[in-house]
Amino acid sequence: MKLNTFFYCTKQGLKNIGRNILFSMASIATVAACIFLFCLFFAIISNVQHIVTEAETTVGITVFFNEDAGEAEKKAIYEAIEAQGGIKEIRYTSAEEAWESFKDEYFGDKSEELAEAFADDNPLASSDNYEIFLNDIENQQSMVEYIRTLPGVREVNYANALVSALKGINRVIYILSAVIITVLFAVSIFLISNTISVAAAFRKRENEIMKLIGATNFMIRAPFVVEGVMIGFFGALIPLTAMYFIYRRATTFLLTQVLAAGTTVSVSNLFQLIPIREIFPQMVIVGLILGVGMGFVVSFFTIRKHLKV
Amino acid sequence: MIRLQHVSKMYETGNRAVRDISLDIKDGEFVFISGKSGSGKSTLFKLITRELLPTEGSIEVNGSDLLTMRRRDIPRYRRTLGVIFQDFRLLNDRNVFENIAFAQRVIGASPREIRENVPKMLQLTGLSSKYKYLPKQLSGGEQQRVAIARALVNSPSVILADEPTGNLDEANSREIMGLLEDINKRGTTVIVITHSREIIQQMKKRVIMMDKGHIISDQQPEARDPEQGIRPMPVRDGGERQEHRSRRSRGREA
Repeated sequence: MKLNTFFYCTKQGLKNIGRNILFSMASIATVAACIFLFCLFFAIISNVQHIVTEAETTVGITVFFNEDAGEAEKKAIYEAIEAQGGIKEIRYTSAEEAWESFKDEYFGDKSEELAEAFADDNPLASSDNYEIFLNDIENQQSMVEYIRTLPGVREVNYANALVSALKGINRVIYILSAVIITVLFAVSIFLISNTISVAAAFRKRENEIMKLIGATNFMIRAPFVVEGVMIGFFGALIPLTAMYFIYRRATTFLLTQVLAAGTTVSVSNLFQLIPIREIFPQMVIVGLILGVGMGFVVSFFTIRKHLKV
Repeated sequence: MIRLQHVSKMYETGNRAVRDISLDIKDGEFVFISGKSGSGKSTLFKLITRELLPTEGSIEVNGSDLLTMRRRDIPRYRRTLGVIFQDFRLLNDRNVFENIAFAQRVIGASPREIRENVPKMLQLTGLSSKYKYLPKQLSGGEQQRVAIARALVNSPSVILADEPTGNLDEANSREIMGLLEDINKRGTTVIVITHSREIIQQMKKRVIMMDKGHIISDQQPEARDPEQGIRPMPVRDGGERQEHRSRRSRGREA
């Protein structure tokens, strides 16, 4: 395509927007609402997923051994678990390490004073354990059930409730967002299609002349497609800009609230939102592809229907 | 060279608009096509512009067979034609210069080509001083001259004019026909569809008469009786002409 043809089509497309500004604005607003909600749900789902992933990495399956279990038996348990596959990491925590960790977490700055009473008597003497982290949290339940059948295993702890709750929330958000976004997409498609139809009616005479003086189908259709793409572009740009500021504020706000609630560091880490520099580029790509793509596809097919050139 | 061989056109409604027409129009000829309303003139015009395809027969224009022509080649073919209409079909929101430049823009001409060619057309059609005027600020004759300039700017080999003087008074009609004759003298084939017996008689060019889809006569000027002119046609009043126009526009809308 020649450069002057490109500029001509772009100019005519922009003129189309100006000619039926009300329809164009309505289309832009609907696309904007649609993409805003999409980005919002995208952010929520991504963050819940992020929390689930955090839970997977920070909250694993803890396996405690029988008091009389020897090193050979513990090793056999290790090998049996590893042989199941899907294991990200198996970490051994000795009774001493467990006691140190307990003191840090629950006694805080006064750990030495409070722990003095126990002297050399480790109250968690038989609490050495394996902490197991899986690649896929879906397999957690079956893994727990398997470990319970192994000889030498006294107890198995895992964060089933948390993970199930998070997964449940994610599923509800996913379905809700899918329904709302589908409805909004349908409205957007209808409005863009209407806007292009009105533009085609405005330019009917011009298109007839173009056809008779030898304009190609591309040349006749391009301004309408440009119009659709522009509607989609502005429809994406507005919510993306809004989303940037909203998300940045939300990240700071949530972190402040979590810390103010006096939660432990590990819990506050769990509830941190994905940093904006990580999530926003994805939102921009998805938002622009959606907006521009929708504008392009809808206008292309609408104008094909209207202009039998 | 335009060659139609045994061309017929039947619309989906069953109306047979053109019946077994055969004719040759040589390069550089000036031809009138005349006939009553519903005689098939406009269908013939649309067959040559490849807006319609014949039901039977073949049409060849400058070596291109319009029946076998691929859809993507139609725009290139149409660039070899310049079309002029009774209702001018100008873009009312653009000035004279822009209306003429429009024909160049839509075929992807460069700004330099537009700057060179449009003033030439303005000069040829005597509109140089009015290039900034909007169509509504011009007389009917001037508007038709803009349409002629637009048809000519892409240097077509054939000019097809459908009732170019239909909306004009006698003086303007003469002026427009003079302009078309000048264009023809430069080597462009000119085909004019008209009702006007006066114009046909004054111009002394080849006349193809149509009736009910058939060619009923095809006469060179020297073959016509100068006293009698062409075969008399039923006298038409303004009402009949109006009816003809609205029927044509209905056809286009359909």
